[in-house]
Amino acid sequence: MLLQVKDLTVRYGEHVAVWDAGFTLGEGEVLGLVGESGAGKSTVGRALLRLVPEPGRIVSGAITFKGRDLLPLSEAELRALRGAEIALIPQDPLAALNPAFRIGLQATDALALHRGLSRREGQGVMARLLARMGIPDPEDALRRYPHELSGGMRQRVLIAIAFSCGPSLLIADEPTTSLDVTTQAQILRLLAGLRSETGVATCFITHDLGIVAHLTHRVAILYAGCLVEQAPTETILAAPRHPYTRALVRSLPLDGLMPALRESPRACPFSHRCPERMAICDTAHPPVKTVGAGHQVACHLY
Amino acid sequence: MNSKLLGGVVIGLLLCLAALLAPWLTPRDPNRQDLSAIRRPPVWMGGAWDHPLGTDSLGRDLLSRLLWSARVAVVVAIGATLCAAVIGTPVGLVSGYFRGRVDTILMRVVDVWMSIPAVLLAIALMAVLGVGLLKVILAIVLVDWTRFARVIRGEVLALREREFVEASRAIGLGPFRIMAEELLPNLVPLLIVLASLEMAIAVGVEALLSFVGLGVEAAVPSWGSMIAEGRGYLLVGWWGMTLPMLALVVTVVGFNLLGEGLRERLDPRLRTEAAR
Amino acid sequence: MPALLEVQNLKTHYRLGGWLSRRRILRAVDGVDLTLKSQQTLAVVGESGSGKTTLGRTILRLLEPTEGRIVLDGQDISRLSQPRLRPLRRRMQIVFQHPYASLNPRKRVGQIVAQPLRIHQVPGDHRRQVAELLERVGLPASAADHYPHEFSGGQRQRIAIARALALRPDLIVLDEITSGLDATVKLRVLALLRELQADFRLAYLFISHDLSVVRSLSDRVAVMYLGRIVEEAPTEMLFERPLHPYTQVLKASIPEPANRGSWNPPVLVGDAPSPVNIPPGCRFHPRCPLAQAVCREAEPELRELAPGRRVACHLAEAPPVLARDDVSA
Repeated sequence: MLLQVKDLTVRYGEHVAVWDAGFTLGEGEVLGLVGESGAGKSTVGRALLRLVPEPGRIVSGAITFKGRDLLPLSEAELRALRGAEIALIPQDPLAALNPAFRIGLQATDALALHRGLSRREGQGVMARLLARMGIPDPEDALRRYPHELSGGMRQRVLIAIAFSCGPSLLIADEPTTSLDVTTQAQILRLLAGLRSETGVATCFITHDLGIVAHLTHRVAILYAGCLVEQAPTETILAAPRHPYTRALVRSLPLDGLMPALRESPRACPFSHRCPERMAICDTAHPPVKTVGAGHQVACHLY
Repeated sequence: MNSKLLGGVVIGLLLCLAALLAPWLTPRDPNRQDLSAIRRPPVWMGGAWDHPLGTDSLGRDLLSRLLWSARVAVVVAIGATLCAAVIGTPVGLVSGYFRGRVDTILMRVVDVWMSIPAVLLAIALMAVLGVGLLKVILAIVLVDWTRFARVIRGEVLALREREFVEASRAIGLGPFRIMAEELLPNLVPLLIVLASLEMAIAVGVEALLSFVGLGVEAAVPSWGSMIAEGRGYLLVGWWGMTLPMLALVVTVVGFNLLGEGLRERLDPRLRTEAAR
Repeated sequence: MPALLEVQNLKTHYRLGGWLSRRRILRAVDGVDLTLKSQQTLAVVGESGSGKTTLGRTILRLLEPTEGRIVLDGQDISRLSQPRLRPLRRRMQIVFQHPYASLNPRKRVGQIVAQPLRIHQVPGDHRRQVAELLERVGLPASAADHYPHEFSGGQRQRIAIARALALRPDLIVLDEITSGLDATVKLRVLALLRELQADFRLAYLFISHDLSVVRSLSDRVAVMYLGRIVEEAPTEMLFERPLHPYTQVLKASIPEPANRGSWNPPVLVGDAPSPVNIPPGCRFHPRCPLAQAVCREAEPELRELAPGRRVACHLAEAPPVLARDDVSA
């Protein structure tokens, strides 16, 4: 197992962003982390890099990557991992690039840091990567400033940076949310290609079930910080068990709002919106049950 | 409440109390001269309790004069700031909302106005207008309305792009009602901050004008004129100049603290909106 | 049925630059014709830079048209002065994209929803009317006493809808109103819009970048590219058999959960050009996988191929098939 997350709980002060989440990721596997905004999916992604922003804190749990628990590691040990072993493709490519520096300089940071390449060597590696990604004149792109590139080009650059050091785990945090549909399609096509070439295990954070369907092997559904269901992608799409997953997959409108957790849940967080609510749903948090091959649900129905 | 705001509020309240209660706090006429008791030191330096902070070179009670000066400071601060805001805010609103030619013309006027050194302009105006409390206020307003116009315009330029402004245009609101009903309420926090900073400036300018003898009438005590009078006797009675200076500094710092504290509390750009 | 809204050759151009930089013209909307019948929904679909948002605002005269006519119920409003336009604003309203920006943060919801009633001096008890409107969009009447920041994105969008409904308009422009909302909330808002359309006899001009959202709400769809409509058709027809290559690309670019394992988005060359620099000939030709010589030379007219079906493509009568390859995990 490449990555094993157990009982992960992340708090932002009073607010519980992720509660008792557990999942695994095998070599070369793509896991979709799905949820609506505020469900905690980005927080999980950040926690894997130990980059939960202030005042967030990983309260408990274990993140085992290649047999090593990441939580006790020092900042220096983590820095050696980040960008080299575990890479991130961020959501907003414009915000992720420093407007004051040329692309070439920022794109070679990881190579200089982790591979000891000079800027010139790094530029060469990046240029080849960008050319493979369909950027017509990569040398020219490297000479430009971030605002001079289109959104799709910027995201290509960030993908190239993520792949540049040959990571074994990739965290893609809604990498296409800010892009137009046609650009999104190009980027997804590119990502799928690079991924199957390199075989990098990927945690794909998204709210789009369409992307999940085409790019992932397994799916974990987050709701109000809790992992409510996980299963192979076919199973999630064809036979979802949790009522929330069913609403997502079958495009059913739901009343009400996702609650914000403030303490250990004493009820199912979905109960007040659930069409199949029972008495027990308001009095006990449902435990995770295995209902099929690799299929786990946290719901009192099962 | 942050510590800056607390400090500002305390100083502001003390100043207002001093100004309001000056006639009752001071048993003496601030202008009564007593040539038998000139340059008496404050009590802690061996002076007597009938002049707790000593007297000046004409034997006038310093405590009484300091407290009565606070009246001038408060009246000038509030009067000048209100008037400058009343003139500057509409100019900034119109300029920022309409943009284009209106904006160009108004902002060129403001630019030219602001390019004249403020102190020079104030002194020149007073030389023409003659001394007096109202004229001091007038001079400060004429110098400083541009500050409001400038800052408000900048804020309006950003606000008018917000969709709620467009929403009210879609409802059929005319430009002036949009300014009054939609934009102005959103400018209130900024105006409050600007006003407290402006008060600090107004108090300083008034002291300066009085110092050079172009401020309030000679019969009205003012920190500026007290500093000017005490200046000549610095070596034989340092308190005559230092105490009004201290009062001035504390007041200016107080208003600045108030402004900074309010900005931290009210300015949406510094506040991370919980709802976002 | 007569048209409620008729737009003819509408253009909205901006001048950029001036003293210091070269003067350029940004052609955001560049010759749009469309018709919307009363109580119908026309969706305008396009990507960023297509001019769809500018089009919506120009139709409401929130932006000034450079050329063309906007006819609302037989009356040309494209040259009316703003004061003379004001009474007509009762008939056409708009709901904006950002539910966090479109409500004045310093006003209570009650004031916000009552504002149109007050401005247009609608008779009657405004408090009661506001309460009814709020309940109609699925919010409690007590919402009137709260400030916008106390509500979620979906609830704020309902408040904005209530404000737009207050004057009982005939036409509401919905500008990307679901783009900030989560999937389950989005579906609720769309369902509400359908109910309201029947109850209030509304026509919608539904502006969106999201084809799948459009499908569930609209009677007709117009696809915009760089300031022009490239294809317009009844919704189902457009989805079943898109004729313009851009529409085909747009539709094929959506990853549908249903066809897992067989998604093959077509390759588009480069990014969309900017509306400052619109290519000559067909404006889609530099990116079009099917472009031929004629496409580089002449701009195709938006012409009627079948009743109610218009396409602006030289090859529309005999479209070649797009080549594709699969994308999967």
